[in-house]
Amino acid sequence: MTSLSRDEINYILELVQKSDFDELKLEMGDLKLALSKTGGTAPAATPTPAGDVVTPATAAPTTPKAPISSDAGTAVPAPLLGTFYHAPKPGADPFVQVGDVITETSIIGIIEVMKLMNQVQSGVAGTVVEITAPNGELVEHGQTLIRVQP
Amino acid sequence: MTPIRKIFIANRGEIAVRIIKTARLMGIETVIGVSEADRDSLGARLADKAICLGPAPSAQSYLNVDLILHAALATGCDAIHPGYGFLSENRALAQGCLDYDLIFIGPTPDNLDAVGDKLTARTHAIASLVPIVPGDTIDTAEDAQAIADRIGFPLLIKAVAGGGGKGMRRVDHPHELSQSITLAMAEATASFGDGRVYVERLVEQGRHIEVQIISDGDTILHAHERECSLQRRYQKVVEEAPAPNLDPLLRDQIHAAALQFARHIGYVSLGTVEFLVDVKRGEFYFLEMNARVQVEHPVTEEITGLDLIQLQINIAQGIDLKLSQSDITVTGHAIECRINAEDSDNNFMPSPGRITTAWFPPMAGLRIDTHVQSNSMIVPNYDSMIAKMIVHRPTRDAAITTLARQLATCRLDGITTNIPLHQRIMTWDAFQSARFDTNSLQRFLDSAETRT
Repeated sequence: MTSLSRDEINYILELVQKSDFDELKLEMGDLKLALSKTGGTAPAATPTPAGDVVTPATAAPTTPKAPISSDAGTAVPAPLLGTFYHAPKPGADPFVQVGDVITETSIIGIIEVMKLMNQVQSGVAGTVVEITAPNGELVEHGQTLIRVQP
Repeated sequence: MTPIRKIFIANRGEIAVRIIKTARLMGIETVIGVSEADRDSLGARLADKAICLGPAPSAQSYLNVDLILHAALATGCDAIHPGYGFLSENRALAQGCLDYDLIFIGPTPDNLDAVGDKLTARTHAIASLVPIVPGDTIDTAEDAQAIADRIGFPLLIKAVAGGGGKGMRRVDHPHELSQSITLAMAEATASFGDGRVYVERLVEQGRHIEVQIISDGDTILHAHERECSLQRRYQKVVEEAPAPNLDPLLRDQIHAAALQFARHIGYVSLGTVEFLVDVKRGEFYFLEMNARVQVEHPVTEEITGLDLIQLQINIAQGIDLKLSQSDITVTGHAIECRINAEDSDNNFMPSPGRITTAWFPPMAGLRIDTHVQSNSMIVPNYDSMIAKMIVHRPTRDAAITTLARQLATCRLDGITTNIPLHQRIMTWDAFQSARFDTNSLQRFLDSAETRT
């Protein structure tokens, strides 16, 4: 049975804090620990059945740079290259705006590839904190479209 | 036609880097479309802009015509260079460029149609009086007898619906013919649901010789030939120019036939006409035309002093060729080794991974076309070629000597390469004396295996 004391966890947190790395994933036997500087993006650690380990979910957000800044939230990446549109047609209301509460299946915009319109689903539930990609401009595969605070 | 200011490169690897080199020389900007796996590639870093087309699988990135057209238009490019492989001979991309006022740096859609499938190309070869491998389709064993009387033995019976070596049967003697035809037809019916067979002359000792064509539509020139017989499973391993041990009269006939074919189909751009040379009979037959720049183009550039990519770009932007045939002369000899990330001692298993150190020490006449550097990652998603080692020297012997030295000195650490194979080829007597055909390399590999 592997376990870590509170002090040991604190020590690891300090190491991560001082390093250039944003994330740490540690596996020792049946213990799994995931830490993230930005918080939220790394999957929460799975507590071992034994339950004698500190849940890192509380440990992870100890070092947020800016809790509710435009950097916050989970990035929704462009599923394909194309031209990103905020609204179904020019002049219409945008699919989503900052502050909107959306679900995983909410449509957040359209990506057009050679006149073929592809609806983009959020994939993340939460509150829209930023519309990152400008309307009517080319986005590459994987580029951040919007940010959602889960 | 308006001059090209910005080229979209729809390719990866060394050819992307090669295109960027000439574009920079010409003062043309470049945008490269890369897959997720190639975001950090040398081409992505050298281009003025890199844009991610999609995930690593080619079908979702390098082979997606719409993504490439969209990316080229949205980034303000006026031309697309397709490189080789991927979409380089894709009619939809060439036509898409026409439809959206982009310049396709390659031939016309009609040219691609003319050479796109072997049967159409063969029809054009016949129409332009370029020799093809003698043979014909047959319905009965009697038909086969008539063809055999005309072309002699040995013969090859091929299933019309077959391909890749399937449905082929060799016939050495007249008395075997009738029975072999019956068997081949039954096999073809069982395997392909199509019993039609084709009988053609079997070239026992053949050389793969190809002619570089440069055409602006009015001026059609050849930049001499390349010898590419050293192949493994239809993949070229070593290429050279000019072709050694080739009868001068035959050489002239091959050049003339290549020009004849290109002229007949109204070919525009760079292209290569491939021939099979029957060593024993001293004849040659048309194989196919490749409507793109070829991997092995550097050996032609080295012996002629031409920049083929520059010519290709200029032809595409409507600048007439300022060359005549007599301007294209041959100086010295050039040989290219294709360096692949594969284990030539272990059944050519691909060996992707990170190259810790890449070092090609400078030597007189050496040219390395590559996209790898120290710390480069060789991703497993694409072909395994990582560098082309090209040497141009006054003589063939001197070129072999320099290549052997380069192969022994260079460093490509961290992955397994086929450099040991190239080293063996450089010291192989059949290579040194230029007496080899398209089967020689496989026999050489088989005999090396039996020895160890």
